[in-house]
Amino acid sequence: MNRRSRVLWAAAIFGYAFLYAPLVIVVAYSFNDSRLNAEWVGFTLVWYGKLFHNEKMLKAAWNSLLIGVTASAVSTVLGTMAGYAMYRFRMRLLPLLILAPIAIPEILMGVSLLIFFVLLNISLGMFSIILSHIAFCIGFVAIVVRSRLAGMDESLTEAARDLGATPWKAFRLVTLPLIMPGVVAGALMAFTLSIDDFVITFFTAGVGSTTLPLQIYTMVKIAVTPEVNAISTLLMMLTLALILIASKLAPGSLRAQ
Amino acid sequence: MTSGVNKARLHKWLIGGPPLAYLVVFFAIPVLIMVLASFRNPGEFGGLAPIFNDDSGSAQLDLTTESYGRFFSDFLYTALFLKSFAYAAITTVACLVIAYPLAMLIARSPKKHRDLLVLLVILPFWSNFLIRVYAWMIILGPQSVFVTALNNVLGLIGIGPVTLLYTPFAVVVGLVYVHLPFMVLPLYANLEKHDPALLDAAQDLGANAWRRFWRVTFPLSLPGIYAGAALVFIPALGIFAIPDILGGTEGIMIGNVIKQQFLDTRDWPFGSVLSMVLTVMAVAIAGLAAWVARRSRT
Repeated sequence: MNRRSRVLWAAAIFGYAFLYAPLVIVVAYSFNDSRLNAEWVGFTLVWYGKLFHNEKMLKAAWNSLLIGVTASAVSTVLGTMAGYAMYRFRMRLLPLLILAPIAIPEILMGVSLLIFFVLLNISLGMFSIILSHIAFCIGFVAIVVRSRLAGMDESLTEAARDLGATPWKAFRLVTLPLIMPGVVAGALMAFTLSIDDFVITFFTAGVGSTTLPLQIYTMVKIAVTPEVNAISTLLMMLTLALILIASKLAPGSLRAQ
Repeated sequence: MTSGVNKARLHKWLIGGPPLAYLVVFFAIPVLIMVLASFRNPGEFGGLAPIFNDDSGSAQLDLTTESYGRFFSDFLYTALFLKSFAYAAITTVACLVIAYPLAMLIARSPKKHRDLLVLLVILPFWSNFLIRVYAWMIILGPQSVFVTALNNVLGLIGIGPVTLLYTPFAVVVGLVYVHLPFMVLPLYANLEKHDPALLDAAQDLGANAWRRFWRVTFPLSLPGIYAGAALVFIPALGIFAIPDILGGTEGIMIGNVIKQQFLDTRDWPFGSVLSMVLTVMAVAIAGLAAWVARRSRT
């Protein structure tokens, strides 16, 4: 190995360490038997135990789950339709509306939805959060489904049509099973994005609709306790599991990001 | 024949219609309302003035450019935009410096390792945004092992103890950390396509490693750099949670003032003006990046 590639390796290892050290620290402190995020005192599971007796945290987790399941279900259906429509037909406005919410700073979507809901007298709460989450998840599902469709063998659908299947039947029996891994990956991605969203939820949430990220934000702003480390670790594990499943189902869907 | 065309049209709207309608109602219309809100008066109790005038019962829009006037006459807000701009620019450069060796290493690794190395860059990005910011609160906090060690070293050379948390420095560290993958990925996608024969040719012609990098690799990677810069700069400009958590009073950015206008001061027209200026800046930068990228290709 020459000197040049040693420099490259050193710089790259620094890069990976920079990416992972903070997360490792959070996980490590979640097992530390001390109220302070400072010295290592000893191993404990007490912060995880506290978590399961924290009423607010449990309520927030339940809200997040409810919002995530509903929003990902609806956005998977709408996103699959959008992905299919963009693949099959010439749509002018749709691709723009799919990409724009992903491209603009999140805060703009948050504040514009806040104005919208208040003007329409839709009270801010679970319902407004779910509506907002669907709006930003559709695009991600549509992109994953569309890329899956692009890799599909078109002649299979044509064969089904030649054999007398109606367009709907050809879609249900041939196209849909073929793109199913993409649809499931899109659904998992939508669920992950919904569970993780902070900015848009922050603006569209009301009293009693606190989600996990909002609860973490409150704890971080007011008083940091090691419980934050514990819930962060659990949330990381959940996300990691979902992403690994999604990447198994549709390799390359992660890069669609 | 016409019935076939009509049928295809029907299918198009049956399938494309519902998602299109949803995005029009819950994305396009809210954004348009925000544009409109930036030209209106604040309500008596915050928010927006009612569109329907109660006395006459007739709708009236009462458009005004007062909030824009306030934005352009008070240098405070221009200064805030400039400051956010500077933070985003420093973040972009720092991301580039950290991301370049990473992307180069991945691009020059054996093919079978590349996917794993890329995945390792994306993985932290999928953990919750707040957790990633919070982690830096621990690292930069006054009790942290890192800061204590740093201050011990600084103490030896006679520089007083430094505070890192709740400073602009902490904000930039948070911004760099959160946006790093957006720089690595487009850079890698670009570097991967480089023909290694070009470097061999440069070497045969007597260029040393340093020259080979600056005369061959770097110029060829410019499109990747522009794409990465746009992907880091635009979201970094509008962020509010990172300054909120790591920045203290000194480190606030434009996103914090937008948040404050909507949730605390409740001056929605002015909040909308700030959002509009942010949107225009984001679109302009995206357009600029696309233009420069196209120019550098020809």
